[in-house]
Amino acid sequence: MSADALDGVGGGAAPVPAHPLNSGDAAPVSVVACPDGPLLIRGDFQLVGADGSELPRTRRTVALCRCGASVLKPYCDGSHKLIGFRSDP
Amino acid sequence: MKQPSPRGDASALLLAVIGETVASQEESLSRLDAVVEASLARTPDILHDEDLQLTLFCLYELHYSGIDEAGDDWEWNPHLLGVRQRIEAAFEAGVRAATVVGTLPAATSEAVCAELFRLTGEDSGPSMSRFVAKSASHDQLREFLVHRSVSQLREADPHTWAIPRLTGRAKAALVEIQADEYGNGLLPRMHSVLFARTMRELGMDDTYGAYLDAAPAITLASNNLMSLFGLNRRLRGAIVGHLAAYEMTSSQPNRLYSRGFTRHGYGEDATGYFDEHVEADAVHEQIAGRDMAGGLVESDPHLLGDVLFGAAAALAVGSLMTVHIMDAWEEDRSSLRTAGAMAS
Repeated sequence: MSADALDGVGGGAAPVPAHPLNSGDAAPVSVVACPDGPLLIRGDFQLVGADGSELPRTRRTVALCRCGASVLKPYCDGSHKLIGFRSDP
Repeated sequence: MKQPSPRGDASALLLAVIGETVASQEESLSRLDAVVEASLARTPDILHDEDLQLTLFCLYELHYSGIDEAGDDWEWNPHLLGVRQRIEAAFEAGVRAATVVGTLPAATSEAVCAELFRLTGEDSGPSMSRFVAKSASHDQLREFLVHRSVSQLREADPHTWAIPRLTGRAKAALVEIQADEYGNGLLPRMHSVLFARTMRELGMDDTYGAYLDAAPAITLASNNLMSLFGLNRRLRGAIVGHLAAYEMTSSQPNRLYSRGFTRHGYGEDATGYFDEHVEADAVHEQIAGRDMAGGLVESDPHLLGDVLFGAAAALAVGSLMTVHIMDAWEEDRSSLRTAGAMAS
């Protein structure tokens, strides 16, 4: 996933893509790097695949896998806890 | 919900009083005090006491969906509130005796979050989810749904009591989780609605309380624990810790539960509830640990012990319920009080 995907709404001047889960006026996107866990993304964003098409999404705030073990990728399924994933270098 | 069948003197008298089938209400309420006192004095283990857990469950139920034939005014009847408090005091003492709270972490969001993940990551006792995934019979799947239906048909409600008691970051986090639990405004995505769909797929009645008579004391106790924490403001730290522990022990078990239903040939209509929780609770556990529980402790450090107690209590009572069910299943008998109650 690219940084652009995380920041799909752009900042300020870019038009806000209509998305049923977005709140209307662009809300700043925040990405929380959860220690030993996923990336938690809040705000108005668009999650897209490599071809630019929107990925299936059913909730406003999502957790993206960064341990590689999720079977729901790109979403987290809690597998990082089973494999002892550590986010510290 | 429909009136449950009494399980002893206390629940029989309570149901007669609120169902207004007694000759003298005043005399019966006084007698209820004596009956409850006697039951509390003689119970060897309140967490497994059928009569006292049902009595407490019914007293709490007056604050939720109510009980058929019982007038709504009973909810705030001072005499019944007094009875409830006496049972609650003994129940809370029983839960505290069954719960081990270790060394407290620092009162910072990250330390609280890390400790909650450590606590909930400890392996304790038998695994019901692995058994359901690999071995549970069709009847056992239905039993599993009976136990879970007591809480899941109104999933999230007991934790919602905490919303007006929190402020700031912890409140925003709790509401973010609860909004997702309630489907973000989309009724078909509400978790209780997804659970009802699973029950119907297995040919079961999805009316709240339809199988309550079959649910043993420990199943009622795990629900009463949430109401105890949720309805008492002094225990707001505990209800927050309880929710965090629930969210942190949900994703992987639900993946395994889903597998059990798939193994019996069920499709998305039955497994949707569990599949939803794998993804949802991987999000919720992060919000619950860091922003809700951690946020609450940072704004109110003296609640640190209560938050950890609530989490440990959720695990302890949950573990007792798992032991009850797995002991029965390993001996090839029903884990329910009345197996016939779920025949359809």
